Amino acid sequence: MLKTLFPNVNWFDLLIATGETFYMTILALIGTLIFGIILGLLLYLTAPGGIWQHKTLNFIVAAFVNIFRAIPFLILILLLIPFTNFLIGTIRGQNAALPALIIGSAPFYARLVEIGLREVDKGVVEAAKSMGAKTSTIIFKVLLKESTPALVSGLTVTAIALISYTAVAGVIGAGGLGDFAYFHGFVRQDFDVMFVCTVLIVIIVFIFQFIGDALTNKLDKR
Amino acid sequence: MISIQQLSKVFKTNTTTIQAVDDLNLRIDKGEIFGVIGYSGAGKSTFIRLINRLEEPTAGDVIIDGQEITALSKNQLRLSRQEIGMIFQHFNLLWSRTVRENIALPLEIAGVSKEERISRVDELIRLVGLAGREDAYPSQLSGGQKQRVGIARALANKPKVLLCDEATSALDPETTDSILSLLVDINEKLGLTIILITHEMHVIQKICHRVAVMEGGKIVEQGEVVDVFSHPDKAVTKKFVEQVMGKPDKDITEEAFVQSVESGKVLRLHFVGETANQAIISQVAKKFDVEINIIQGNVKQTQSGAYGSLFVHVTGEETELEQAINYITSTSVEVEVKTDA
Ligand SMILES: Nc1ncnc2c1ncn2[C@@H]1O[C@H](COP(=O)(O)OP(=O)(O)OP(=O)(O)O)[C@@H](O)[C@H]1O
Ligand SMILES: [Mg+2]
Repeated sequence: MLKTLFPNVNWFDLLIATGETFYMTILALIGTLIFGIILGLLLYLTAPGGIWQHKTLNFIVAAFVNIFRAIPFLILILLLIPFTNFLIGTIRGQNAALPALIIGSAPFYARLVEIGLREVDKGVVEAAKSMGAKTSTIIFKVLLKESTPALVSGLTVTAIALISYTAVAGVIGAGGLGDFAYFHGFVRQDFDVMFVCTVLIVIIVFIFQFIGDALTNKLDKR
Repeated sequence: MISIQQLSKVFKTNTTTIQAVDDLNLRIDKGEIFGVIGYSGAGKSTFIRLINRLEEPTAGDVIIDGQEITALSKNQLRLSRQEIGMIFQHFNLLWSRTVRENIALPLEIAGVSKEERISRVDELIRLVGLAGREDAYPSQLSGGQKQRVGIARALANKPKVLLCDEATSALDPETTDSILSLLVDINEKLGLTIILITHEMHVIQKICHRVAVMEGGKIVEQGEVVDVFSHPDKAVTKKFVEQVMGKPDKDITEEAFVQSVESGKVLRLHFVGETANQAIISQVAKKFDVEINIIQGNVKQTQSGAYGSLFVHVTGEETELEQAINYITSTSVEVEVKTDA
């Protein structure tokens, strides 16, 4: 029946493409998590009144974040081609998509991390200080721990943006469902292929949203 | 034990400078519950935060047990803070941690081993009366229970001093009383020195040994709680005493009754602490052949005895009356004969 409804879909290739989308999304998400938290922490800690209050550093990080958040993703990929080539040795394939995916989404996530950290009750940080906590203890046991639900829900939002970024990256040859939909569907005018790819991407988005929401709810003890 | 010398804190904003604490001097003895009272903006919170340097002083010294807190480096200060517990108006618990984990946090910070942490936390949970709730999250607790966690957490590293900033201001009167009795209990059991900030005079009346009144960043009056209650000097202090005792001229409202008394005497008994308490009324009634009725009164229990006045009407044989009055006078209660019909 699938054969008659979607005559042009090569199901094996589609499975590979789905795997590629997952691969890119998950690796880029890990990179985004790490860099986003570092940048978000820097934004929060160097802000006026913060533990590491530092005007210049705060300005530099904020400028970096704002600039990379402002560049449209398609243009960012093109701009990063030399950098990607230098870092990965190629500009094609899923790995080549990772630098652009991470640089494109980490600044976005960093802002969400900063917002999450700002929501941590100042009094709790103060209480930790009054107990004689080191800054590292305050960061790991208080700030990151108390903001975990916000960090997870922010990561969910970022993951969904990332999935659509992988599709854009696919158009310039990164592989994955975007690539498949474009080259096997759009270019050959096989609209059944585009339809199936779209449905799969939507399903992937729903999966991430579902996992993210469930995790956030489980972690939120407020 | 705690000595505060010429302590000052100036806040500079773009437009103004605020002298929040102004050349403050104070000595607090070991094992006492010392209250600081003042209206909003008097500088109480700033003052208590200067003690553990959550706020850096502009000038002056804080010395605890011979250690000059204000001279410590960042690292030394961290270690010293482990010996100074602090509780807060809004509890400031970590909502992501259970009761047990919240109480364990200062122990983790101090590098206490896991086994020791577990037994210490159990001990603290029993001390503050939270047995059965150890695995609850703060969001599942009432305000009073949250403050108990706050107290347990503050006591975890066996501090020398406990700082309390408006620890009961977010609680209803009944819960306030239970938290205050817990503080007294801890003070007696552990010999802990407690510094308590409040804007409610009944908190001072119930648990403090000594009190300082703050206004405009300065201490304007201080002394034993009973003394301050009986002889308030400054206008602010009088207002605070009125919070608890009511307006002093209310006492006169029984003038009318005093006039209409046909036999016996109307006495004003003045309680000023120490051993005196209201049981004296029943003692008099038992010991002497007199009838004694309370007309009106306002007596408050403080840490060092009762304080306040009681108007009583006594009737009986003249000689019995004399003896009864002599007896009352022999205690620390002052007697004033209002009418003698
Ligand atoms: N971080 C700050 N920056 C500027 N001014 C401050 C700061 N903290 C306190 N102040 C000012 O210092 C003064 C004393 O404030 P403080 O919080 O110590 O008063 P308080 O007696 O605790 O009052 P309340 O009963 O309302 O808590 C106030 O005028 C306040 O505006
Ligand atoms: Mg205050």
